[in-house]
Amino acid sequence: MVPMSKTITRRNCTIALRQLTLALYVCLLACASWADLDTIIIDQGVDDPIRIAVVPFASSEDLSVNDNLAKLIRFDLARSGQFDPVASENMLTYPSAEEDVFFRDWRILQTAYLVIGQARSNRLGQIEVTYQLFDVATQSSLHSYNFLVAPEQWRDVGHKIADLIYAEITGVRGAFSTKILYVLAQGIGTENPRYELQVADVDGERARTLYSSSEPILSASWSPDGQRVAYVSFETGRPSIVLQDVDGSRRELLTSFRGINGSPVFSPDGQQLAMVLSRSGDPEIFVMDLASRKLRRITRNPAIDTEPSWSPDGKYLIFTSDRGGRPRIYQLELATNFLERLTFVGDYNARARLLPDGRHLVFVHRRNGVFHIAWLDLLEDRLLVLTESQLDESPSLAPNGAMLIYATQDQSRGILAVVSVDGRVKYRLPSSAGDVREPAWSPFLPDVVPSPG
Amino acid sequence: MQIQEKIKHLLIVMLAAVVIAGCSSTATEPVVEQQPATEVVEVAEVAEVVEPAGPGFAADNTTPVDASGSPVSRTFYFGFDQSIVSPADFAALNVHAEILRANPNRKVVVAGHCDQRGTREYNLALGERRAQAISAILIANGVSRRQIEDISYGEEELVNPANNARAWAQNRRAVVSYR
Repeated sequence: MVPMSKTITRRNCTIALRQLTLALYVCLLACASWADLDTIIIDQGVDDPIRIAVVPFASSEDLSVNDNLAKLIRFDLARSGQFDPVASENMLTYPSAEEDVFFRDWRILQTAYLVIGQARSNRLGQIEVTYQLFDVATQSSLHSYNFLVAPEQWRDVGHKIADLIYAEITGVRGAFSTKILYVLAQGIGTENPRYELQVADVDGERARTLYSSSEPILSASWSPDGQRVAYVSFETGRPSIVLQDVDGSRRELLTSFRGINGSPVFSPDGQQLAMVLSRSGDPEIFVMDLASRKLRRITRNPAIDTEPSWSPDGKYLIFTSDRGGRPRIYQLELATNFLERLTFVGDYNARARLLPDGRHLVFVHRRNGVFHIAWLDLLEDRLLVLTESQLDESPSLAPNGAMLIYATQDQSRGILAVVSVDGRVKYRLPSSAGDVREPAWSPFLPDVVPSPG
Repeated sequence: MQIQEKIKHLLIVMLAAVVIAGCSSTATEPVVEQQPATEVVEVAEVAEVVEPAGPGFAADNTTPVDASGSPVSRTFYFGFDQSIVSPADFAALNVHAEILRANPNRKVVVAGHCDQRGTREYNLALGERRAQAISAILIANGVSRRQIEDISYGEEELVNPANNARAWAQNRRAVVSYR
């Protein structure tokens, strides 16, 4: 991946890209939503992003997918911070078939890669999308794929194309087809606060409410198959753990013991749920076997033990404890109960998550009285502060480990923000509907399957 | 004349001693703080007030009041990442203990809260510690454990959502509510 360096030449490109046009609603009626997150604001990208041209797709007259599909792909790639897509108005030609491509036109625009495509509707009411990715320097086709989907799935196709392009060029699996969970809080500080657990595409579109309450909701997390979520709800008057299917079918109050029922996190195999219970008098970490519902107590210490999360292999739990006087991150080997302290810098380190490589840690870190998201290389003991805002919390990693989403404050309003794990790429997802917080990035989800074109 | 001077001096010394004793006892032995409260009751009786009752409830049957009928503080504040009860709060907590001892079928919920800094789950734990610190004082003063329920709201129920030292201090609290 990109070299880790803290010396950032700020590119503040602040590309305020507008939401996709209303014209699109024709094919969007099936999934219309009201409380999408707002326009994403890209604050910072890499110093030398890759120039890519995604030409508006040619389409049959009855479809308005054409440029919107290309726009969605461009926006996905731009948000990664690693790409600098060419605006369609700057293109010299708009080819949609290989024979119409003149590489000279794209070299003039200093474009490294070119994407062309077509979208057609068939007699069954489906849409057929085809696209092709070219390397402009070598004038060769890198890959080409076909999709046959229902019209309302056009966004799924767009995100999938962005994933495939991203993987082809960077060598890293794309995470544009994933989703985010978050809590939208409205009317905070009034008589009638409203909390909604929502799920949306990673670009903030197609937001949908999973659960709504007048009591607080927090600590949402995904099952590894993306089918279920666990979260903490105060609906009983005290913090309880709830398990819910993402499709909305089943919802279950899992634990509601005396005291705290918090921090539910699924094990990598989805069989167990780590959690925090204070029924014995102080917060301790437990692991519940989801099939038998049996609880196993993991920690035994009068200090605060909380915020467990699993190592990618499921053999370790990392957690926050103030057993040393201040909140710090510890790691416990489940088979042996061997305990190790992981953080040594700063007076407040909490809510850690391990990267998929198992070697790097992201967590909430206080420096000079301000809370930031930090990244730690456990082997080389190297710490990097990734964020510069205030009250940054709840970091949640993308399944490809390239970026993380977190909650922060912007002009006294809770917003979500994303930063790459090297700190070079940043964007924000505000919501005009209220405070957004407690984000959780989904695992890789089953998505639309292309066939080679 | 000289005797008067001596008495005057003696009075000053005694007053100083009382003040010093008062100060040190607030820090270590909060029970002394009850003294003025009882005195007030006596004064009230002298003034022929009909109700000679001790601490209890106001007319709404939920607002706790001290022996003079004034509402007792129900909110207690804490330092950052701290759950130590300030000695200045012992007097009010003693009144709550007295009320609960006198009304064994009444219950209280002690709700612990935090400011918005730090992580939400850690603050849930910290809020619980604050609630427990308050409950421990009530229990030490003879209140039955069964009369008390601790709940932590962490940083979920802020009284002041602003982001400054004043707001943070207002949010770091435990609140005693009668049921």
